[in-house]
Amino acid sequence: MNKIKLIIAREYLTRVKKKSFILMTLLGPILMAGLMIVPIWLATKDKDLQRIEVIDETGMFINMFDNTSELQFKDGFRSIKKAKADLYTGNYTAILHIESVEKGSEVTMFYKKQPGITTISKIERTIESVIRSAEIQRRFKVSKEQISEIQPNITVKPISIDAEGDEESKNVAIMTGIGFFAAILIYFFIFMYGIQIMRGVIEEKTSRIVEIIISSVKPFELMMGKIIGIALVGLTQFLLWSILTSIIYSIIMGVFGVDAGSMSQSTEMMKEAGMPDVSNPLQLVNDGIASLPILQIFVSFLFYFIGGYLLYGALLAAIGSAVDSEADTQQFMLPITIPLIFSFVVAQTVVENPDGSMAFWLSLCPLTSPIIMMVRIPFGGVAAWELILSMVLLILGFLGTTWIAAKIYRTGILMYGKKITYKELWKWLFYKG
Amino acid sequence: MDLLHVKRVYKSYAEHKALHNVSLHVKEQSIFGLLGPNGAGKTTLIRIINQITGPDKGEVLFLKEKLAPKHIAQIGYLPEERGLYKKMKVGEQALYLAQLKGMNKAEAKQKLKYWFEKFEIDGWWDKKIEELSKGMAQKVQFITTVLHEPKLLILDEPFSGFDPINTNLIKKEILELRDKGSTIVFSTHNMESVEEICDDIALINKSRKILDGKVIDIKEQYKSNIFEIVFVGNMIAFSTALWTAFQILEKKQVDNRIHVKIRANKTSDVNELLQVIVSKVQVISVHELTPSMNDIFIQKVQEVMPETLEKEAVDE
Repeated sequence: MNKIKLIIAREYLTRVKKKSFILMTLLGPILMAGLMIVPIWLATKDKDLQRIEVIDETGMFINMFDNTSELQFKDGFRSIKKAKADLYTGNYTAILHIESVEKGSEVTMFYKKQPGITTISKIERTIESVIRSAEIQRRFKVSKEQISEIQPNITVKPISIDAEGDEESKNVAIMTGIGFFAAILIYFFIFMYGIQIMRGVIEEKTSRIVEIIISSVKPFELMMGKIIGIALVGLTQFLLWSILTSIIYSIIMGVFGVDAGSMSQSTEMMKEAGMPDVSNPLQLVNDGIASLPILQIFVSFLFYFIGGYLLYGALLAAIGSAVDSEADTQQFMLPITIPLIFSFVVAQTVVENPDGSMAFWLSLCPLTSPIIMMVRIPFGGVAAWELILSMVLLILGFLGTTWIAAKIYRTGILMYGKKITYKELWKWLFYKG
Repeated sequence: MDLLHVKRVYKSYAEHKALHNVSLHVKEQSIFGLLGPNGAGKTTLIRIINQITGPDKGEVLFLKEKLAPKHIAQIGYLPEERGLYKKMKVGEQALYLAQLKGMNKAEAKQKLKYWFEKFEIDGWWDKKIEELSKGMAQKVQFITTVLHEPKLLILDEPFSGFDPINTNLIKKEILELRDKGSTIVFSTHNMESVEEICDDIALINKSRKILDGKVIDIKEQYKSNIFEIVFVGNMIAFSTALWTAFQILEKKQVDNRIHVKIRANKTSDVNELLQVIVSKVQVISVHELTPSMNDIFIQKVQEVMPETLEKEAVDE
């Protein structure tokens, strides 16, 4: 047991001290932050303050436009000619000229800074509603207050009902986002660090040090030490990434004057970047997140993250032990990467129908469950027994792959200069110690 | 007392027999040569002693106890294929390997310092293995093998890759380790070094032990009573002096000296012969032609399986 700790420590420390690790750890968050910030930055850049002078020749629109953080309206009581002449010397970025409110007439906007499509549609909506309200006042003799009293304000809120009759409101976009994000992380973790296990085994085998080490420890201890050590490297990297990412992110958000706290979570980010024009996105996102089974998502993420890695890691260790160089790994890699890539591709379909039978079966199969189950869980439709069954199967799965891998490994690491076939691997499973 | 007793060990891989009923006795504080052509089963035997793999049948006793994981700390192993982590620093790596053998860090550090000074490589602590030459890396590896002062040292071709100066250094170390109490099992093809430093040997061929014993006894057993006599004088005078106990195998003249190889029935006859011929010819030298370990090795291996010697598969 003590020796396995030594092996874990070596695997961990030599990797963490590598320049490439430090570089990746520092660059990762910058790339990630960049990926999140650039769209926001572009969006905020676009939303630079528009100061619009309203030249209203009908007299109906005085103080009618609502100022927002991006749009400021000021009534200009002067001629359009003067206003236009002043555009480049004055403070205004555009002039809204309302000449007539006859049906079908056009309102013109002169600008030096191109107004966005949302600005224009907002102005259109305001003008229409002012005209409509004035018409209603005139025709039906009602006051302005009465009109605002009957002004409806409606949003659609989807609510699920489960078999027990408990209701829950959900936000599909956020559930999809979280599910995919978790699946992507697991997918990359398995690939990046699984391959490192394989490389590590090949390195030990080709440098022949493996023979010295297994004269001191059991091959199984060496293999497990490597798998666990590299898992810790991966977890460290992800931990550092999330810390660094949020630091960098809040600094940059601070610089751009966006409320960092509300943005620190990537899902909110996606929401914010994807649909910037919801009347109150933050409220929606918070509602959405509150409706998710957060604890369940977090715990199962950790479980599938580690379980999936162990399952595939053991198989990759076995491959590493069977070959003499990385170039020989191709034929054995394929059957391992196929279920992984398959589950990633199928995840899109699972999102469409998270409780369908394909989603159900694939989230039970240990080879696909780490990704598929993580896509399903945020939707909340996974029954407790399903989750437990899937987890038990995953545990059995990685015990099984570890057992197989250990058998192949202990024979493979001492086997040199032979082209290994599947038939050969099969034989190794039955060799006695 | 036997430090190591290999008792009727069998081991096979699928259809291939690696060891068949092999027994060995390795005496404490001796140097034991494990000889055999490639693919004979030496490496398999060494791996069994190192507990890298287990025998199918039979057992191995270490100081009369059945070999168990607790003995790992008392065995040091230098595999034929040398290897260290290329990207790891020399010192770190040596410490790691020592700790895997069960040493604590402080103790290992102290001993490493001693050995690094002894081998004059103290400046290498922070160098990576890939920066060292092959011979330099071998020195480091030798140190990591002996650092934990194992009772049993298993050295597989310890001299390969060393220049003559370092070969001598290692040879000296091996003898010194034996004198300090270590037992050394040493597998090699280098027969010269066998004669020079081994106390006992075992010869393994085609998964079976075909010869073992003390080096001196084996040489005695394989000597053929052939003598070479060099003299100046008349060949006819020499031949007439011989009687039926002798047989002339070969004769040749170099300048005025005549070299004759004769086979005697027993060594004592040669003494009598000399008494007769000294009066007839001028004897320059007489010496017994003993077979080298090399000759014995080849003779023994060929006599068992003469036709397969060349095409041994490397499948240990």
